[in-house]
Amino acid sequence: MPDDQQLSETILDYIRREYTDALQGATVSANTPLISSGLVDSLSMISLKVFLDQTYRLRIPDSEASAEAFDSVQAIVAMLRRLGVK
Amino acid sequence: MQGSLISPAVASSAGHSYDSADLRAALGLVPGKPFNLGALLSDRLCELGQGGRLALIWENYAGLRRVFTFDDLRRHSDAWAAALAGLGIAAGDRVCLFLDRVPDLYFAFLGILKLGAVVQPLFSQFMADALEVRLADADTRAVITTARHLGKVRQVRPRIATLAHVILTDAPAGAEPNLEPGEHVISAERLAPATLAPYPADEETPSLLHYTSGTTGKPKGAQHVHGSVLSQFATTRHVLDLRPDDIYWCTADPGWVTGTSYGIIGPWAVGATQAIFEGGFSAPRWYDFIARNRVTVFYTAPTAVRMLMKAPPPVAEQIQSLRHLGSVGEPLNPAAVLWAERELGRPFYDTYWQTETGAMMIANVPGLPIKPGSMGKPLPGVTAAILDAKTFEPITTPGAVGLIAFRPPWPSMFRAYLNAEAAYRSKFVAGYYLTGDRGSVDDEGYYWFVGRDDDVINTAGHLVGPFEVESALLRHPAIAESAAVSKPDPTFGEVVKTFIVLRPGQLASDELKLDIMNFVRKHLSPLAMPHAIDFVDKLPKTRSGKIVRRMLRAQEWGEPVGDLSSLDD
Repeated sequence: MPDDQQLSETILDYIRREYTDALQGATVSANTPLISSGLVDSLSMISLKVFLDQTYRLRIPDSEASAEAFDSVQAIVAMLRRLGVK
Repeated sequence: MQGSLISPAVASSAGHSYDSADLRAALGLVPGKPFNLGALLSDRLCELGQGGRLALIWENYAGLRRVFTFDDLRRHSDAWAAALAGLGIAAGDRVCLFLDRVPDLYFAFLGILKLGAVVQPLFSQFMADALEVRLADADTRAVITTARHLGKVRQVRPRIATLAHVILTDAPAGAEPNLEPGEHVISAERLAPATLAPYPADEETPSLLHYTSGTTGKPKGAQHVHGSVLSQFATTRHVLDLRPDDIYWCTADPGWVTGTSYGIIGPWAVGATQAIFEGGFSAPRWYDFIARNRVTVFYTAPTAVRMLMKAPPPVAEQIQSLRHLGSVGEPLNPAAVLWAERELGRPFYDTYWQTETGAMMIANVPGLPIKPGSMGKPLPGVTAAILDAKTFEPITTPGAVGLIAFRPPWPSMFRAYLNAEAAYRSKFVAGYYLTGDRGSVDDEGYYWFVGRDDDVINTAGHLVGPFEVESALLRHPAIAESAAVSKPDPTFGEVVKTFIVLRPGQLASDELKLDIMNFVRKHLSPLAMPHAIDFVDKLPKTRSGKIVRRMLRAQEWGEPVGDLSSLDD
C-alpha cells in the first residue's frame, strides 16, 4: 500500500512531466497551489483526473472533483484517501 | 455606419439613453472631430480634473497589491505608446497581447490604441499551435508577453515573417533574460515619461482584433473599431448598472471579448474603478477578494458560478458590498440564479452577446423581473428576431425555435473577419446578422437560448472550433481521422468529445485516450482538450465524404439525429 509520500510523488511526477508547457519552469511541490494560483487552468485538470482514475482504478465522482480538491497534490492525496485508495 | 448605429431617440425605462448623440455628448465626442479610444479611457478623466480617482486595483495570487489612478493610466499608456513607436510600430499594425492579467497588459492595451495600432488579445493559456495560426493570420508585428509564455512565442516566431518584435514585460529576478534578436524588455516601471499625441482616430478606425472559432476553417479575426465604445458605454451603465463610484470586478480574461469590452473599455468609459485578480479559480480566495476590495458589481461566467456552487458558500460579511451581479458566455441555468439569490442575496443577471456583436444585445437588466434560464430582452435600439431556419423570415409564434438574429448595424458590430470576406458576408442574411445560435421568444418578449445552429463547441463560455481540434488530432501518430462535437457537462456547460478512428495496427486503450487528451491540451489549449473519447471503426459521412458531426452531436445530447438520407452507408 503506498503511503502518502509515495502517492504524492507519483502525482507530482505526472504533473511535472505532463504539464511542462503550462508550468513554464515553475517549481511544483506537494503544497503548491495549482488552480487557484493560475498555474494550471481548471479545465486542464480533467486529464489529471483521468490519470488518477486509471492509475488507482476508481472513478472520482463529480461531487468530489472540485477546484479545491485538485488545487494541490496534497489536496489530491487527501481526496484519494477519502475515496478509499489504499 | 457612423452616426446611425443605435436607433435614435431610444431610451431605457431607467433613463439611460441609448441615443448615439447623447452617448457621444456624455463621452465628450464631437461628430466629425477625431478621437482616440485609448485616450478616452485614460486621458479624458484627467482632463476633467479627475485623474486622481482610482482606476485599477490589482492583486496577484502571491498577495502583491498595486493601485493605479486614471492619471497613472494616462502616463503609463503614453509611455507604452511612445516605446512602441520607437520600435517602429505604426498605426494599423497589429500588436498581440499574450500575457496574464498583469498591470502592463492594461497600460499596453491603451498605449497600442493611442498609437492607432490594433490590439490583438490572445488567451495566454493558448499553446503554440493555437498561437501560431492566429499570429500568422493577423500578420502580427509585435507580441507583448511575459517570461512565463516566452517559450511558446519563441517556438512559433521563426514561422511568422511579420513578427519583428517580442516584448517582455517582466524579466527573471535579478537578471535580464538572454534576449534573442528582436526581443525587448519593456514595462511601465522601466519606461521614462513620454508624451505622444494620440492617433486621430474616428469611429471606424480599427481598434481590436478578437479571434473566434467557427465550424469550418481556421479561427477568424473579428475586427472592431474605436466607435464600439458607444455600445459598451451604454450597456455598462444600463445593464451592469455601473457608476463612477463603483468597484467593479470582471473575471473574464482580456484574451476574450468580455475581458476587453467589459473588462477594460466599458468600465473605464464610465469612470469606475476596476478590481483585477491575477490568479485562478478559488471560491474562498474570490470571496476574500470581493470583501477586502469592497466590490460592488461582479460580472462573471456561468461556469464560474457553477464552480462557486460546489464550494462552501460565503459568510454574509464577505459579500455585503455586492449590489449587482451579471453573467455572460453561456446559458445561466435556473439553479444558478436561485443559488445566487439564496447564497449571495441577489440573482445573477444573465447577458447575451458575442465576439462579433462587441457588446451586450439581449440582457436581463435592473428593474426587469428575471425569468430564471432566460437571457432577458433585447436592449433598447437592438432589433432582435427569431428567424425561420429555412426562409429566414421572422417567427412570431411564442416558443417556436429558430435562429437568433439582429438587424444591423450597431456601434460595436464587427466590421470584418480579417482575410475572410466570404465568411463575413455569410453572417448576414435577409437583412439580419445571424448569431449561429438557436432560441425562442416567449409571449412576454423574453428570449430563451436553445443551442448552437452549427458545430461550434461552447465550453466554459469559450468557443472551440471542431476543425481546429480535428486538425490537431491528425498530427497524433495513432489517429487516422476524427470528429469533434460538443457534449453536455454539468460544470462547464459543454465539453469537447471526440470520435476517433485509429490507424491500422494501433490499439485502443485507456492509456491512449489519456495521451490524446494531453496531446490536444499541449498543442492547442486546455479548452480544446477532449473530455471524452470514443474509438470507432468509422465516422458517419455523406456520400461526398464529409463527416456528419450533427449526428454524433445529437447522440450526445439525446436529440433526434434528423434526416440521414445523405449519409453514405
